[in-house]
Amino acid sequence: MSQVPATLFDKVWDSHVVRKIEDGPDVFFIDRHFIHEVTSPVAFLGLENRGVKVMFPGKTFATADHNTPTINQHLPVQDPLSANQLKALETNTAKYGISHWGLGNPKNGIVHVVGPENGITLPGMTIVCGDSHTSTHGAFGAIAFGIGTSEVEMVLSSQCIMQPKPKKMRINVNGRLGKGITPKDVTLYIISQLTAAGATGYFVEYAGEVFENMSMEGRMTVCNMSIEMGARGGIIAPDETTFAYIKGREKAPQGAAWDKALAYWKTLKTDEGAAFDKEYHFNAADIEPMITYGTNPGMGMGITGHIPAAENGGGSKASYEKSLEYMGFAEEESMIGKKVDYVFIGSCTNGRIEDFRAFAQIVKGRKKAEHVTAWIVPGSHIVEQQIKDEGILDILTEAGFQLRQPGCSACLAMNDDKVPAGKYAVSTSNRNFEGRQGPGSRTMLASPLVAAAAAVTGVVTDPRTLMA
Amino acid sequence: MAYDKFTVLKSTAVPMPIENVDTDQIIPARFLKATERKGFGDNLFRDWRFNNDDTPKQDFVLNNPIYSGKILVAGKNFGSGSSREHAAWAIYDYGFRCVVSSFFADIFKNNSLNIGILPVTVTPAFLDKIFTAIEADPKAELTVDLDKQSITIDATGESESFDINSYKKHNLMNGFDDIDYLQAMKEEIAAFAEKSLY
Ligand code: SF4
Repeated sequence: MSQVPATLFDKVWDSHVVRKIEDGPDVFFIDRHFIHEVTSPVAFLGLENRGVKVMFPGKTFATADHNTPTINQHLPVQDPLSANQLKALETNTAKYGISHWGLGNPKNGIVHVVGPENGITLPGMTIVCGDSHTSTHGAFGAIAFGIGTSEVEMVLSSQCIMQPKPKKMRINVNGRLGKGITPKDVTLYIISQLTAAGATGYFVEYAGEVFENMSMEGRMTVCNMSIEMGARGGIIAPDETTFAYIKGREKAPQGAAWDKALAYWKTLKTDEGAAFDKEYHFNAADIEPMITYGTNPGMGMGITGHIPAAENGGGSKASYEKSLEYMGFAEEESMIGKKVDYVFIGSCTNGRIEDFRAFAQIVKGRKKAEHVTAWIVPGSHIVEQQIKDEGILDILTEAGFQLRQPGCSACLAMNDDKVPAGKYAVSTSNRNFEGRQGPGSRTMLASPLVAAAAAVTGVVTDPRTLMA
Repeated sequence: MAYDKFTVLKSTAVPMPIENVDTDQIIPARFLKATERKGFGDNLFRDWRFNNDDTPKQDFVLNNPIYSGKILVAGKNFGSGSSREHAAWAIYDYGFRCVVSSFFADIFKNNSLNIGILPVTVTPAFLDKIFTAIEADPKAELTVDLDKQSITIDATGESESFDINSYKKHNLMNGFDDIDYLQAMKEEIAAFAEKSLY
C-alpha cells in the first residue's frame, strides 16, 4: 500500500485529532500540559464556577517561575500580589492532585527548561502551556505551542483544545556555522529575514545540516524563538542526539518501554516528497553574530553591520521611526561600541548549561565592566547545580559576577529584575518589545557570547574579537 | 466564562494606525499578578496611556475624547508576542467587542474568539479606507455584521467581507464557548486517551 508522503508535523498532529469539526477546528488531544502561576489561576476559577474536575491530573505539571524572585528564595515573597499568585498555584495543584514544583523545590525552574531536563518532554507528544515559548519543546519532535487561559481551562477539564491545523513551512539551513556563531544567532538571523510576522499561520520544521549538528540545548533555543516570527511553533525531527539526551532522565521511559518508544520515535521524520506550504533555504556562511536594534525581534542585524535605513527596514516608515526613536538609535548607525548598562543571561531561550558555558568562555580571565549591572540567572536549579559542578561559578565570581537563583527574571520583568527607563540592556531572552524588561527599558537581543562580550567591555562588542 | 452574543455591531471606532502592537503594550507584565479576571481594562495600553506618575498622556488616542466606540482599528500584526489572554481580557473589559486589522497574531486571535471579541481581518486597502473615514469624521460609524460576515463604512457604504469558520461563528452568535462543547464529548475523549501512547 503506497501512502501519501507526510511531514513530521502531519504525523504527530493527525494522530492527536479526536474529532474533526466541519469548517471548524480539530478537537486536539494534549499529552502534556505545563502550568505556571500567572496564566492558570483564572482557569482554575473557571473550573470551580462550572463545577468541573480536572480530567487527567497526571498529564499536567506545574512549576512557579514567571513571578518569582531570583534572590533570597528561601524567604517569604515580598510582593503580596506575587505571593498570592504563588499560593494560588500551590492550593489549586494540591486540590486537584497535580504535580507542583514550587519555589524552593530542587526541580523548580522555568517551565520550558524543567520539562525537557526531567524527561517529561518526549518526541511525538503534543504539549501546551499558557506561555507562548512552549514552542521550545518542539526541539524533541513534539508539537508544542502556547495557549491562552481559556484553553488552559479546556485542557484541565477535557485534556483537549480546539485548534485549526496550521499551514506548514520548512526552513533549511545548510553549511557550517563560523566561529562564535551560536544557535541564537541562527534564529535571530532567520527572524530578521522573515520578519516578526513572517511565519504567522504556519508551523515550522527546521531542517538541514546546521540543525542536525546542533545540540539539544541549541535546538531548544531555535524552536523557542519560532513564535517571534509569528509561527505557532517549531519542530525538529528527533535523532540520535535527541535519544541520547532523553535516555536516563527521571521521567523518561525505561527498559521495555524505552525500546518501544524508541522504535516509534524513529518513524518521526518527514517523508521524502512530502509537501510544505512554504519553504526557505539559508546558508550558514551568511550568518554573523546577531543583535537587535529595534522593538521587535525581526529588527536584527549582523553585529558588524549598520542599522538599515527606513526604506529597507520593513513595515511602515512611521512604525520603523517610532521604534528607532524609542531605542535612541538612528538609521545607518553602527551598533559596535554602543554603551551597555545591563546584561541579562538567562530565560527559557538561553538559560541552559551550554549558554553559561559560552558566557564563561568569554569572561574567563577578564573582569566585568564597572558600570554594567549583570543578571546571571540559570533556567533551573539543575542548571544552577551544573554551573557550580563545572567550575563556571568560580570563573564568574573571579570576573566579578554574581549568580542568581532560577526563574524568568528580566525576561518579562514581573519580579524586581527590571531595567530602568532609558537604560540599555543586552539580553539573551526573546523579546525586545517596548518596556518588556521594565517601563522604558531598551533591549538588544543577542547570544550568550555577545552578552558576555558586552558584560566585560561595557559596550556592544563582536565576541569573535575576544575569542582565541 | 460566558460572554454576550455577537450579532451586528454598529459603532464608532478608535483608530490606532500602529503596526506590530504586541501584547506587552496591550497589558504590561507587571499587571498580570491578579488571580481573578477583574479590572484589566484600567491597565489597557498602560504605558502608552499614562505617564509614570499615572497622569494621562494627552497625545494617546484613548485619552482623546473625540474618539470612542466598541471597535478598535489597528495596524497590521496586532497582538503579537505573549500568549497572555489578559491582553484580550483588557480589551474586552475596556469596552471593545471587535478589533479590526489587516493581520492578527495567531494566539491573540484564538484568545479573542474564546472570550467573545470578534477579530476582523480586512485587506490593507480597506484598512486604509477605514482610517481615512475616521480621520475625516471621528464619529464615522462602522457596521460589523457577523452573520453576513461583512464590515461596512456607513458614511460611504463601502463594504468588505471577512472570514471566520462556521464553528466559531456559531459560538459567537450564540454566546457558546468551547468548554461546553468539549464537556459534551467527554466519553469520546476518554476512549481516545485509552489508546494514547503517553
Ligand atoms: S523565560 Fe520569558 S519567555 Fe520563557 S517562560 Fe519565562 S517569561 Fe516566558
